[in-house]
Amino acid sequence: MDLKRTVKFEADRDPEFARWISHTVGGERIRHCLQCGLCSASCPLSLYMDYTPRRLMHLSREGFKEEVLSSSSIWLCTACYACMVECPKKINITHLMYALKERAIDEGFYPKRFPIPVMAQQFCHMVRGSGRITESWLIVRVFLRTAVWRLIGMSRLGWKLLLAGRMPARKEKIQRQHEIEVLLDSVAATRKELAL
Amino acid sequence: MKCAYYPGCSLRGTGRAYEESLLAVFRSLGIEIQELDDWNCCGATTYLSVDELTSYALAARNLALAERDHMDIVAPCAACYLVLNKTQRYIRDYPDIKTVVSRALSRIGLEYHDRIRVRHPLDLFLNDIGLKAIVAKVVRPLKGLKVAPYYGCQIVRPYATFDNQRNPTSMDQLLEACGATVVSYPLKTRCCGGSQKGTLPEIGLHLIRYLIAEAQKNGADVIATVCPLCQFNLECFQKEAGSRRHPLSIPVLYFTQLMALALGAPAATIGLRRSLVPVEPVLTVKEIAYA
Repeated sequence: MDLKRTVKFEADRDPEFARWISHTVGGERIRHCLQCGLCSASCPLSLYMDYTPRRLMHLSREGFKEEVLSSSSIWLCTACYACMVECPKKINITHLMYALKERAIDEGFYPKRFPIPVMAQQFCHMVRGSGRITESWLIVRVFLRTAVWRLIGMSRLGWKLLLAGRMPARKEKIQRQHEIEVLLDSVAATRKELAL
Repeated sequence: MKCAYYPGCSLRGTGRAYEESLLAVFRSLGIEIQELDDWNCCGATTYLSVDELTSYALAARNLALAERDHMDIVAPCAACYLVLNKTQRYIRDYPDIKTVVSRALSRIGLEYHDRIRVRHPLDLFLNDIGLKAIVAKVVRPLKGLKVAPYYGCQIVRPYATFDNQRNPTSMDQLLEACGATVVSYPLKTRCCGGSQKGTLPEIGLHLIRYLIAEAQKNGADVIATVCPLCQFNLECFQKEAGSRRHPLSIPVLYFTQLMALALGAPAATIGLRRSLVPVEPVLTVKEIAYA
Protein backbone atom coordinates (compact mmCIF):
# COMPACT_ATOMS: atom_id res chain seq x y z
CA MET A 1 0.00 0.00 0.00
CA ASP A 2 1.36 3.40 -0.96
CA LEU A 3 0.52 5.69 1.92
CA LYS A 4 0.86 9.42 1.52
CA ARG A 5 0.25 12.22 3.94
CA THR A 6 -2.88 14.03 2.76
CA VAL A 7 -2.76 16.99 5.14
CA LYS A 8 -0.38 19.77 4.23
CA PHE A 9 1.99 21.15 6.87
CA GLU A 10 2.99 24.76 7.14
CA ALA A 11 6.58 23.62 6.70
CA ASP A 12 5.76 22.41 3.16
CA ARG A 13 5.24 25.98 2.04
CA ASP A 14 7.68 27.92 -0.07
CA PRO A 15 7.47 31.54 1.10
CA GLU A 16 9.41 32.75 -1.94
CA PHE A 17 6.69 31.35 -4.23
CA ALA A 18 3.97 33.08 -2.21
CA ARG A 19 5.85 36.38 -2.49
CA TRP A 20 6.42 35.91 -6.19
CA ILE A 21 2.74 35.27 -6.98
CA SER A 22 1.52 38.38 -5.18
CA HIS A 23 4.13 40.54 -6.89
CA THR A 24 3.87 39.16 -10.39
CA VAL A 25 1.90 41.03 -13.06
CA GLY A 26 -1.80 40.32 -12.41
CA GLY A 27 -1.21 38.91 -8.91
CA GLU A 28 -1.50 42.19 -7.01
CA ARG A 29 -4.99 41.41 -5.73
CA ILE A 30 -4.63 37.71 -4.95
CA ARG A 31 -4.58 38.46 -1.19
CA HIS A 32 -8.09 39.88 -1.54
CA CYS A 33 -9.49 36.49 -2.58
CA LEU A 34 -12.58 35.62 -0.51
CA GLN A 35 -12.58 31.94 -1.53
CA CYS A 36 -16.17 32.41 -2.73
CA GLY A 37 -15.74 29.91 -5.58
CA LEU A 38 -17.36 31.93 -8.38
CA CYS A 39 -14.23 31.26 -10.45
CA SER A 40 -14.62 27.49 -10.10
CA ALA A 41 -18.35 27.69 -10.79
CA SER A 42 -17.94 29.73 -13.96
CA CYS A 43 -14.98 27.71 -15.28
CA PRO A 44 -16.04 25.38 -18.12
CA LEU A 45 -13.10 23.08 -17.36
CA SER A 46 -13.08 22.96 -13.56
CA LEU A 47 -14.80 19.60 -13.61
CA TYR A 48 -11.63 18.08 -15.07
CA MET A 49 -9.16 19.83 -12.79
CA ASP A 50 -7.33 18.29 -9.84
CA TYR A 51 -7.42 21.67 -8.08
CA THR A 52 -10.25 23.99 -9.08
CA PRO A 53 -9.33 27.66 -9.65
CA ARG A 54 -10.53 28.62 -6.16
CA ARG A 55 -8.26 26.04 -4.52
CA LEU A 56 -5.41 26.94 -6.84
CA MET A 57 -5.63 30.62 -5.84
CA HIS A 58 -5.45 29.67 -2.17
CA LEU A 59 -2.63 27.15 -2.57
CA SER A 60 -0.52 29.56 -4.58
CA ARG A 61 -0.87 32.56 -2.30
CA GLU A 62 0.08 30.34 0.64
CA GLY A 63 3.16 29.12 -1.25
CA PHE A 64 2.44 25.46 -1.99
CA LYS A 65 4.63 25.57 -5.06
CA GLU A 66 4.91 21.84 -5.80
CA GLU A 67 1.16 21.28 -5.74
CA VAL A 68 0.43 24.34 -7.85
CA LEU A 69 3.05 23.91 -10.54
CA SER A 70 2.42 20.18 -10.99
CA SER A 71 -1.36 20.67 -11.08
CA SER A 72 -3.24 19.79 -14.27
CA SER A 73 -5.41 22.90 -13.85
CA ILE A 74 -2.89 25.34 -15.23
CA TRP A 75 -2.76 23.37 -18.49
CA LEU A 76 -6.52 22.93 -18.74
CA CYS A 77 -7.16 26.68 -18.61
CA THR A 78 -8.14 27.88 -22.08
CA ALA A 79 -7.99 31.56 -21.09
CA CYS A 80 -11.71 32.16 -21.63
CA TYR A 81 -11.72 34.86 -18.90
CA ALA A 82 -15.05 33.71 -17.39
CA CYS A 83 -13.52 33.59 -13.88
CA MET A 84 -12.03 37.04 -14.22
CA VAL A 85 -15.32 38.61 -15.27
CA GLU A 86 -17.19 36.94 -12.39
CA CYS A 87 -14.61 37.54 -9.64
CA PRO A 88 -16.14 39.97 -7.09
CA LYS A 89 -12.65 41.05 -6.03
CA LYS A 90 -11.47 41.63 -9.61
CA ILE A 91 -8.55 39.25 -9.32
CA ASN A 92 -6.85 38.66 -12.64
CA ILE A 93 -7.15 34.87 -12.39
CA THR A 94 -6.66 34.14 -16.08
CA HIS A 95 -3.48 36.13 -16.14
CA LEU A 96 -2.18 34.28 -13.08
CA MET A 97 -2.78 31.02 -14.93
CA TYR A 98 -0.49 32.32 -17.68
CA ALA A 99 2.14 33.27 -15.10
CA LEU A 100 1.92 29.79 -13.55
CA LYS A 101 2.27 28.13 -16.97
CA GLU A 102 5.33 30.20 -17.75
CA ARG A 103 6.92 29.29 -14.44
CA ALA A 104 6.01 25.59 -14.77
CA ILE A 105 7.71 25.51 -18.19
CA ASP A 106 10.78 27.34 -16.85
CA GLU A 107 11.12 24.90 -13.97
CA GLY A 108 10.31 21.77 -15.95
CA PHE A 109 7.09 20.85 -14.13
CA TYR A 110 5.22 19.00 -16.85
CA PRO A 111 4.87 15.41 -18.09
CA LYS A 112 7.14 14.26 -20.91
CA ARG A 113 5.67 14.53 -24.41
CA PHE A 114 2.86 16.67 -22.99
CA PRO A 115 1.60 18.54 -26.08
CA ILE A 116 0.73 21.94 -24.59
CA PRO A 117 4.25 23.16 -23.71
CA VAL A 118 5.59 21.58 -26.91
CA MET A 119 3.02 23.49 -28.93
CA ALA A 120 3.90 26.71 -27.10
CA GLN A 121 7.60 26.26 -27.82
CA GLN A 122 7.04 25.43 -31.48
CA PHE A 123 4.77 28.44 -31.79
CA CYS A 124 7.49 30.76 -30.47
CA HIS A 125 10.06 29.15 -32.72
CA MET A 126 7.87 29.81 -35.76
CA VAL A 127 7.23 33.43 -34.78
CA ARG A 128 10.96 34.03 -34.49
CA GLY A 129 11.64 32.41 -37.84
CA SER A 130 8.80 33.84 -39.94
CA GLY A 131 6.99 36.51 -37.92
CA ARG A 132 3.70 34.80 -38.63
CA ILE A 133 2.08 31.42 -37.97
CA THR A 134 1.15 28.96 -40.70
CA GLU A 135 -1.34 26.71 -38.91
CA SER A 136 -0.80 23.61 -41.03
CA TRP A 137 2.97 23.66 -40.42
CA LEU A 138 2.52 24.27 -36.73
CA ILE A 139 0.17 21.29 -36.29
CA VAL A 140 2.51 18.94 -38.14
CA ARG A 141 5.53 20.06 -36.12
CA VAL A 142 3.72 19.63 -32.80
CA PHE A 143 2.44 16.14 -33.55
CA LEU A 144 5.79 14.99 -34.92
CA ARG A 145 7.20 15.75 -31.49
CA THR A 146 4.37 14.39 -29.34
CA ALA A 147 2.01 11.90 -30.99
CA VAL A 148 2.92 10.92 -34.54
CA TRP A 149 0.08 8.37 -34.74
CA ARG A 150 -2.49 11.13 -34.35
CA LEU A 151 -1.28 12.74 -37.57
CA ILE A 152 -2.58 9.71 -39.42
CA GLY A 153 -5.96 10.00 -37.69
CA MET A 154 -6.13 13.63 -38.73
CA SER A 155 -5.14 13.11 -42.34
CA ARG A 156 -8.78 12.85 -43.47
CA LEU A 157 -9.62 16.23 -42.00
CA GLY A 158 -6.39 17.64 -43.41
CA TRP A 159 -7.31 16.46 -46.88
CA LYS A 160 -10.78 18.01 -46.67
CA LEU A 161 -9.32 21.32 -45.51
CA LEU A 162 -6.77 21.19 -48.31
CA LEU A 163 -9.52 20.74 -50.89
CA ALA A 164 -11.46 23.65 -49.38
CA GLY A 165 -8.35 25.85 -49.75
CA ARG A 166 -8.00 26.22 -46.00
CA MET A 167 -4.59 24.56 -45.66
CA PRO A 168 -2.17 26.59 -47.75
CA ALA A 169 1.19 24.83 -48.12
CA ARG A 170 3.00 28.12 -48.60
CA LYS A 171 4.60 29.43 -45.42
CA GLU A 172 3.49 32.89 -44.35
CA LYS A 173 6.38 35.24 -43.74
CA ILE A 174 6.69 38.94 -43.05
CA GLN A 175 8.98 41.13 -45.17
CA ARG A 176 11.08 42.71 -42.43
CA GLN A 177 11.86 39.51 -40.55
CA HIS A 178 15.01 40.99 -39.01
CA GLU A 179 12.81 43.42 -37.03
CA ILE A 180 11.26 40.49 -35.15
CA GLU A 181 14.68 39.16 -34.23
CA VAL A 182 15.87 42.57 -33.05
CA LEU A 183 12.64 42.98 -31.06
CA LEU A 184 12.97 39.60 -29.33
CA ASP A 185 16.65 40.10 -28.53
CA SER A 186 16.01 43.55 -27.16
CA VAL A 187 13.33 42.22 -24.78
CA ALA A 188 15.72 39.55 -23.53
CA ALA A 189 18.46 42.14 -22.97
CA THR A 190 16.21 44.58 -21.10
CA ARG A 191 14.82 41.78 -18.99
CA LYS A 192 18.32 40.81 -17.93
CA GLU A 193 19.35 44.40 -17.27
CA LEU A 194 16.32 45.23 -15.11
CA ALA A 195 16.10 41.71 -13.63
CA LEU A 196 12.41 41.32 -14.52
CA MET B 1 -12.08 57.24 -41.20
CA LYS B 2 -9.79 54.70 -42.76
CA CYS B 3 -8.91 51.68 -40.59
CA ALA B 4 -5.83 49.47 -40.55
CA TYR B 5 -7.02 45.96 -41.24
CA TYR B 6 -5.18 43.38 -39.14
CA PRO B 7 -6.15 39.93 -40.46
CA GLY B 8 -4.03 37.74 -38.21
CA CYS B 9 -2.59 34.39 -39.14
CA SER B 10 -5.78 32.28 -39.05
CA LEU B 11 -7.54 34.37 -41.66
CA ARG B 12 -4.81 33.39 -44.10
CA GLY B 13 -5.28 29.67 -43.29
CA THR B 14 -8.29 27.84 -41.92
CA GLY B 15 -10.25 31.09 -41.66
CA ARG B 16 -9.96 32.15 -45.33
CA ALA B 17 -13.75 32.42 -45.62
CA TYR B 18 -13.80 34.94 -42.76
CA GLU B 19 -11.42 37.27 -44.60
CA GLU B 20 -13.22 36.92 -47.93
CA SER B 21 -16.65 37.63 -46.46
CA LEU B 22 -15.41 40.41 -44.17
CA LEU B 23 -13.86 42.25 -47.10
CA ALA B 24 -17.13 41.84 -49.01
CA VAL B 25 -19.06 43.41 -46.12
CA PHE B 26 -16.54 46.27 -45.89
CA ARG B 27 -17.05 46.94 -49.61
CA SER B 28 -20.86 46.84 -49.38
CA LEU B 29 -20.96 49.16 -46.39
CA GLY B 30 -18.36 51.52 -47.84
CA ILE B 31 -15.83 51.06 -45.02
CA GLU B 32 -12.39 52.06 -46.18
CA ILE B 33 -9.55 49.85 -45.01
CA GLN B 34 -5.90 49.31 -45.70
CA GLU B 35 -4.01 46.21 -44.64
CA LEU B 36 -1.59 46.97 -41.81
CA ASP B 37 1.89 47.33 -43.26
CA ASP B 38 3.95 44.15 -42.74
CA TRP B 39 1.97 43.02 -39.68
CA ASN B 40 3.31 40.19 -37.54
CA CYS B 41 1.70 37.47 -35.40
CA CYS B 42 0.08 38.91 -32.25
CA GLY B 43 1.38 35.99 -30.17
CA ALA B 44 -2.16 34.72 -29.44
CA THR B 45 -2.85 32.89 -26.21
CA THR B 46 0.09 30.58 -26.82
CA TYR B 47 2.97 33.04 -26.64
CA LEU B 48 1.54 34.58 -23.47
CA SER B 49 2.00 31.32 -21.60
CA VAL B 50 5.64 30.91 -22.54
CA ASP B 51 7.03 34.38 -22.46
CA GLU B 52 4.70 37.15 -21.44
CA LEU B 53 6.99 40.13 -21.80
CA THR B 54 8.04 39.18 -25.30
CA SER B 55 4.44 38.69 -26.34
CA TYR B 56 3.66 42.32 -25.43
CA ALA B 57 6.56 43.52 -27.56
CA LEU B 58 5.34 41.44 -30.51
CA ALA B 59 1.81 42.81 -30.24
CA ALA B 60 3.11 46.34 -29.73
CA ARG B 61 4.94 46.29 -33.06
CA ASN B 62 1.52 46.09 -34.74
CA LEU B 63 0.11 48.86 -32.57
CA ALA B 64 3.10 51.07 -33.35
CA LEU B 65 2.83 50.42 -37.09
CA ALA B 66 -0.84 51.47 -37.05
CA GLU B 67 -0.06 54.55 -34.99
CA ARG B 68 2.70 55.55 -37.40
CA ASP B 69 0.12 55.43 -40.20
CA HIS B 70 -2.50 57.29 -38.07
CA MET B 71 -5.14 54.55 -38.25
CA ASP B 72 -7.23 52.58 -35.76
CA ILE B 73 -6.82 48.82 -35.98
CA VAL B 74 -9.72 46.59 -36.90
CA ALA B 75 -9.04 43.01 -35.79
CA PRO B 76 -11.61 40.34 -36.72
CA CYS B 77 -9.93 37.38 -34.97
CA ALA B 78 -10.94 37.03 -31.32
CA ALA B 79 -7.45 36.17 -30.10
CA CYS B 80 -5.83 39.07 -31.98
CA TYR B 81 -8.49 41.46 -30.71
CA LEU B 82 -7.91 40.38 -27.13
CA VAL B 83 -4.12 40.33 -27.26
CA LEU B 84 -3.86 43.77 -28.87
CA ASN B 85 -6.30 45.25 -26.35
CA LYS B 86 -4.57 43.55 -23.45
CA THR B 87 -1.18 44.84 -24.59
CA GLN B 88 -2.51 48.40 -24.73
CA ARG B 89 -3.83 48.11 -21.18
CA TYR B 90 -0.74 46.49 -19.72
CA ILE B 91 1.56 49.08 -21.29
CA ARG B 92 -0.67 51.72 -19.66
CA ASP B 93 -0.79 50.02 -16.24
CA TYR B 94 2.70 48.59 -15.74
CA PRO B 95 5.71 50.90 -16.10
CA ASP B 96 8.13 47.95 -16.36
CA ILE B 97 6.26 46.53 -19.35
CA LYS B 98 6.21 49.99 -20.92
CA THR B 99 9.98 50.30 -20.54
CA VAL B 100 10.66 46.91 -22.08
CA VAL B 101 8.28 47.52 -24.97
CA SER B 102 9.41 51.04 -25.83
CA ARG B 103 13.08 50.06 -25.76
CA ALA B 104 12.41 47.14 -28.07
CA LEU B 105 10.35 49.30 -30.43
CA SER B 106 12.99 52.02 -30.55
CA ARG B 107 15.51 49.44 -31.81
CA ILE B 108 13.43 48.99 -34.93
CA GLY B 109 12.65 52.67 -35.33
CA LEU B 110 9.09 52.63 -34.00
CA GLU B 111 7.30 54.45 -31.20
CA TYR B 112 4.03 53.85 -29.42
CA HIS B 113 2.14 56.58 -27.56
CA ASP B 114 -1.24 54.95 -26.98
CA ARG B 115 -3.06 57.10 -29.53
CA ILE B 116 -5.03 54.47 -31.43
CA ARG B 117 -7.94 52.15 -30.73
CA VAL B 118 -8.24 48.44 -31.45
CA ARG B 119 -11.72 47.61 -32.67
CA HIS B 120 -13.73 44.60 -33.68
CA PRO B 121 -15.86 44.51 -36.83
CA LEU B 122 -18.98 43.92 -34.64
CA ASP B 123 -18.30 47.25 -32.93
CA LEU B 124 -17.58 48.98 -36.23
CA PHE B 125 -20.74 47.74 -37.94
CA LEU B 126 -23.06 48.38 -35.01
CA ASN B 127 -21.75 51.71 -33.73
CA ASP B 128 -20.13 53.42 -36.73
CA ILE B 129 -22.38 52.24 -39.54
CA GLY B 130 -25.52 51.57 -37.51
CA LEU B 131 -28.43 49.19 -37.93
CA LYS B 132 -30.51 51.63 -39.98
CA ALA B 133 -27.87 51.97 -42.68
CA ILE B 134 -27.41 48.21 -42.79
CA VAL B 135 -31.14 47.49 -43.08
CA ALA B 136 -31.27 49.96 -45.99
CA LYS B 137 -28.55 48.05 -47.83
CA VAL B 138 -29.99 44.55 -47.39
CA VAL B 139 -31.00 43.19 -50.79
CA ARG B 140 -31.45 39.51 -49.89
CA PRO B 141 -33.13 39.30 -46.48
CA LEU B 142 -32.32 36.02 -44.71
CA LYS B 143 -36.01 35.44 -44.11
CA GLY B 144 -36.81 32.39 -41.98
CA LEU B 145 -33.17 31.46 -41.39
CA LYS B 146 -32.76 30.54 -37.73
CA VAL B 147 -29.33 31.42 -36.42
CA ALA B 148 -27.64 30.58 -33.12
CA PRO B 149 -25.24 33.48 -32.39
CA TYR B 150 -22.03 32.13 -30.86
CA TYR B 151 -19.61 34.75 -29.51
CA GLY B 152 -17.11 32.53 -27.72
CA CYS B 153 -14.79 33.85 -25.06
CA GLN B 154 -12.36 36.45 -26.10
CA ILE B 155 -14.46 38.98 -27.96
CA VAL B 156 -16.48 40.30 -25.04
CA ARG B 157 -14.34 39.03 -22.19
CA PRO B 158 -12.63 40.65 -20.50
CA TYR B 159 -12.07 43.97 -22.27
CA ALA B 160 -14.81 44.65 -24.83
CA THR B 161 -16.57 47.84 -24.00
CA PHE B 162 -19.02 47.75 -26.87
CA ASP B 163 -21.19 44.94 -25.53
CA ASN B 164 -22.39 43.17 -22.39
CA GLN B 165 -19.86 40.67 -21.08
CA ARG B 166 -22.40 38.10 -19.89
CA ASN B 167 -25.08 38.43 -22.52
CA PRO B 168 -23.70 40.12 -25.62
CA THR B 169 -26.23 41.10 -28.29
CA SER B 170 -24.28 42.98 -30.98
CA MET B 171 -24.23 40.02 -33.39
CA ASP B 172 -27.90 39.25 -32.61
CA GLN B 173 -28.83 42.78 -33.68
CA LEU B 174 -26.75 42.69 -36.84
CA LEU B 175 -28.17 39.35 -37.93
CA GLU B 176 -31.72 40.50 -37.22
CA ALA B 177 -31.04 43.58 -39.31
CA CYS B 178 -30.16 41.18 -42.12
CA GLY B 179 -33.57 39.54 -41.77
CA ALA B 180 -32.52 36.39 -39.93
CA THR B 181 -34.28 34.99 -36.87
CA VAL B 182 -31.98 34.71 -33.86
CA VAL B 183 -32.79 31.74 -31.63
CA SER B 184 -32.20 31.67 -27.90
CA TYR B 185 -28.67 30.46 -27.24
CA PRO B 186 -27.69 30.67 -23.58
CA LEU B 187 -24.26 29.14 -24.22
CA LYS B 188 -23.30 32.02 -26.52
CA THR B 189 -20.20 32.95 -24.53
CA ARG B 190 -19.25 29.48 -23.27
CA CYS B 191 -15.73 28.39 -24.27
CA CYS B 192 -15.25 26.05 -27.26
CA GLY B 193 -12.00 24.71 -25.81
CA GLY B 194 -9.64 26.68 -28.02
CA SER B 195 -6.63 24.59 -28.95
CA GLN B 196 -7.66 21.98 -26.38
CA LYS B 197 -9.10 19.79 -29.15
CA GLY B 198 -5.57 19.35 -30.44
CA THR B 199 -3.80 18.95 -27.12
CA LEU B 200 -6.36 17.19 -24.87
CA PRO B 201 -8.89 15.82 -27.42
CA GLU B 202 -11.42 14.23 -25.04
CA ILE B 203 -11.91 17.45 -23.14
CA GLY B 204 -12.12 19.56 -26.25
CA LEU B 205 -14.78 17.28 -27.70
CA HIS B 206 -16.80 17.47 -24.50
CA LEU B 207 -17.04 21.27 -24.77
CA ILE B 208 -17.78 21.18 -28.49
CA ARG B 209 -20.54 18.59 -28.06
CA TYR B 210 -22.57 20.77 -25.69
CA LEU B 211 -22.34 23.85 -27.86
CA ILE B 212 -23.61 22.13 -31.00
CA ALA B 213 -26.27 20.06 -29.24
CA GLU B 214 -27.67 23.17 -27.60
CA ALA B 215 -27.92 25.02 -30.92
CA GLN B 216 -29.69 22.07 -32.56
CA LYS B 217 -32.05 21.66 -29.61
CA ASN B 218 -33.06 25.30 -29.87
CA GLY B 219 -33.98 24.85 -33.51
CA ALA B 220 -31.09 26.68 -35.19
CA ASP B 221 -30.41 26.09 -38.91
CA VAL B 222 -26.88 27.49 -38.68
CA ILE B 223 -24.45 28.66 -36.02
CA ALA B 224 -22.84 32.06 -36.58
CA THR B 225 -19.37 32.69 -35.13
CA VAL B 226 -16.96 35.62 -34.79
CA CYS B 227 -13.74 33.68 -34.24
CA PRO B 228 -11.71 31.46 -36.60
CA LEU B 229 -10.84 28.94 -33.88
CA CYS B 230 -14.46 28.63 -32.68
CA GLN B 231 -15.58 28.11 -36.27
CA PHE B 232 -12.93 25.44 -36.83
CA ASN B 233 -13.74 23.59 -33.60
CA LEU B 234 -17.49 23.62 -34.07
CA GLU B 235 -17.41 22.67 -37.74
CA CYS B 236 -14.64 20.13 -38.11
CA PHE B 237 -15.36 17.75 -35.23
CA GLN B 238 -19.14 17.31 -35.45
CA LYS B 239 -18.93 13.66 -36.40
CA GLU B 240 -16.52 12.85 -33.58
CA ALA B 241 -18.50 14.87 -31.05
CA GLY B 242 -21.82 13.25 -31.96
CA SER B 243 -22.92 9.68 -31.42
CA ARG B 244 -25.17 7.30 -33.33
CA ARG B 245 -28.07 8.15 -31.04
CA HIS B 246 -27.36 11.86 -31.04
CA PRO B 247 -25.81 12.77 -34.37
CA LEU B 248 -24.59 16.34 -34.75
CA SER B 249 -24.73 18.16 -38.06
CA ILE B 250 -25.19 21.88 -38.50
CA PRO B 251 -23.44 24.41 -40.77
CA VAL B 252 -21.16 26.82 -38.91
CA LEU B 253 -20.63 30.15 -40.68
CA TYR B 254 -18.91 33.40 -39.87
CA PHE B 255 -21.38 36.17 -39.10
CA THR B 256 -19.80 38.12 -41.95
CA GLN B 257 -20.74 35.37 -44.42
CA LEU B 258 -24.39 35.77 -43.45
CA MET B 259 -24.14 39.57 -43.59
CA ALA B 260 -22.39 39.53 -46.96
CA LEU B 261 -25.07 37.19 -48.31
CA ALA B 262 -27.83 39.55 -47.17
CA LEU B 263 -25.96 42.55 -48.57
CA GLY B 264 -25.98 40.87 -51.98
CA ALA B 265 -22.39 39.65 -52.37
CA PRO B 266 -22.11 36.73 -54.83
CA ALA B 267 -21.74 33.38 -53.03
CA ALA B 268 -18.50 32.59 -54.85
CA THR B 269 -16.77 35.58 -53.23
CA ILE B 270 -17.70 34.92 -49.60
CA GLY B 271 -16.23 31.46 -49.10
CA LEU B 272 -19.44 29.42 -48.74
CA ARG B 273 -17.71 26.65 -50.68
CA ARG B 274 -15.03 26.39 -48.01
CA SER B 275 -17.46 24.95 -45.44
CA LEU B 276 -17.05 21.30 -44.55
CA VAL B 277 -20.72 21.09 -43.55
CA PRO B 278 -22.45 22.57 -46.61
CA VAL B 279 -24.87 25.42 -45.99
CA GLU B 280 -26.43 25.44 -49.47
CA PRO B 281 -29.14 22.81 -48.65
CA VAL B 282 -30.42 24.97 -45.79
CA LEU B 283 -30.46 28.09 -47.95
CA THR B 284 -32.37 26.21 -50.68
CA VAL B 285 -35.01 25.03 -48.21
CA LYS B 286 -35.44 28.58 -46.90
CA GLU B 287 -35.62 29.88 -50.50
CA ILE B 288 -32.73 32.26 -50.01
CA ALA B 289 -30.96 32.84 -53.31
CA TYR B 290 -27.20 32.46 -53.02
CA ALA B 291 -25.94 32.12 -56.56
